[in-house]
Amino acid sequence: MTDHKERELKQLALRVREHIIRLATDGGCFIGASLSCADVIVYLYKEVLGLTPDTLQDEARNYLLLSKGHDVPALYGTLAELGFMERDRLKNHLHAHDVIYWHPNRAVKGIEFHSGSLGHLLSVSIGIAYDIKLRGGNNKVYVIVGDGELNEGSMWEGCLVAKAFKLDNLIAIVDRNEFQANIRTEELIPIEPLEPKFEAFGWNVKRVNGHDFGALEKAFEWIPQNGAPSVIIADTVRGKGLPSIERRADRWFVNFKPEEIDQLLKELHGEAQAELTSDTLMVR
Amino acid sequence: MTYEDVLKEISQTSDKLVVMTAENRAAIRTLPPHLGKRFIDVGIAEQTMMGMAAGLALRGRVPITHALATFLVFRAYEFIRDDVAIPNLPVKMVGGVPGFLSDANGPTHQAIEDVALMRGLPNVLVFCPSDAEELAEGIKTLADYPAPCYIRHNPHPASVKHKPFEIGKAETLSEGNDVAILVYGFLLREAVKAKDILEAKGKSVRLVNIRMPKPIDEEAVLSAVKECRLVVTLEDHFLTGGLYSIVAELCLKHKTVGNVLPIALEHKWFKPALLDRVLEYEGFTGKQLAEKILTRL
Repeated sequence: MTDHKERELKQLALRVREHIIRLATDGGCFIGASLSCADVIVYLYKEVLGLTPDTLQDEARNYLLLSKGHDVPALYGTLAELGFMERDRLKNHLHAHDVIYWHPNRAVKGIEFHSGSLGHLLSVSIGIAYDIKLRGGNNKVYVIVGDGELNEGSMWEGCLVAKAFKLDNLIAIVDRNEFQANIRTEELIPIEPLEPKFEAFGWNVKRVNGHDFGALEKAFEWIPQNGAPSVIIADTVRGKGLPSIERRADRWFVNFKPEEIDQLLKELHGEAQAELTSDTLMVR
Repeated sequence: MTYEDVLKEISQTSDKLVVMTAENRAAIRTLPPHLGKRFIDVGIAEQTMMGMAAGLALRGRVPITHALATFLVFRAYEFIRDDVAIPNLPVKMVGGVPGFLSDANGPTHQAIEDVALMRGLPNVLVFCPSDAEELAEGIKTLADYPAPCYIRHNPHPASVKHKPFEIGKAETLSEGNDVAILVYGFLLREAVKAKDILEAKGKSVRLVNIRMPKPIDEEAVLSAVKECRLVVTLEDHFLTGGLYSIVAELCLKHKTVGNVLPIALEHKWFKPALLDRVLEYEGFTGKQLAEKILTRL
């Protein structure tokens, strides 16, 4: 990857993270899981999907679905930065007169399908990918899934079925940020080793640093067309970009005070670490 | 024309039709050679089938999904709710051996709360054909209809001559004012026998085949309530949430009180046995139904 391209991607990702941080007040959002997959979503939109506001209805478009759903602030930020929606519209987050809320939904232009309940969109993606094959299309279906989401049986049911139907146009990306809600995945229901699990289901597997654009480029260029679906396990950091919340089990869903948002934006730009006092939503 | 013939015919004129199953081919055994890759068997994976059906519908297909009613509705319910009902995708969901038709399988296979659950979902219609003929006629109309629909599969031969199928319309098979029997699905067969017995005893019987619990034919129900001395709701379903509940809801809505005798399964799963023995044991044969009704007339 050229330095220029990498710089451009990093700048875009930084702006997306600014949006995510601004969405984490006045009701808050799932900030940690949004920051962890921001680089993957930015990379997909800039380098892989080839979507523009004019091609969102094309039968031949590539699809991106967010199965883990609560990472949608990263998608909102990307859509706003790339002209799919007005940046100003993000101020409507959680307001009843708009449809921008904690989980994705189809009423937002650019969002293919809604999610919220975990373990659903792998199977929806299988349906889309199957139809593309049926029509002889070359487009691909990318679905971002959570690591905690892999607790759901329907994910592994989907893995079996996708392989059975030889859907090599289906690519899952696991946002491996090592946490689910307020606990580390490996402390609860360990999912490692992950590569041999997918391999045993017949999938092509690649594991990369999900914050390294050069590594993401290699991974997305690697995707084999060999009659098997592929998974890219993206090792990420929950809360990436904000050292004060990175890898912290208690910073899952947060509703920060407005003054904390200002501090966090400074922290994102490396100016000073925020001093946070806001509560987090504890579900365990 | 059988259910399978109808699907074959539709598949020839429309490339939208996709037939899916979670490894339950009883109702669609002859279809694979006709549909090719538009016949999709996902294996024993009801959740994946319903999510996949949603994905296919997003691409413009009309998936008709098949599994035993219990596994389709109960195991995959959240997938139906989230991925089909919320986005209002035109997926048809055909549940095998619903109600008493699971005969000797036991309670795991008894879909007798399916109508309650499926009619409770916004956007989802519910069709309970009384026999194979009505199933085939209904699917012709419903396959094209732009809404999700749950269908209680029924392969039994017809015991009446049917009127044309219309969405949301009940079929009144006989006129009368002493008693109205409102029924859906397979039990129409027993209702017809009950009607003959009651008529032989000089009672006039209005026999109403409800066909679609949702959208319910309000006019047919309310006129029965208003005009008949007794209204019987007959169903192989729990008392809660099925036809009796529908009639009660309608009466309240229209500030009407009826003299209603519910015949349903009252908060228990039924005795597993061969179908005719189930009917006898649970008191749902035509003769037993007529006796129950006569005590109230």
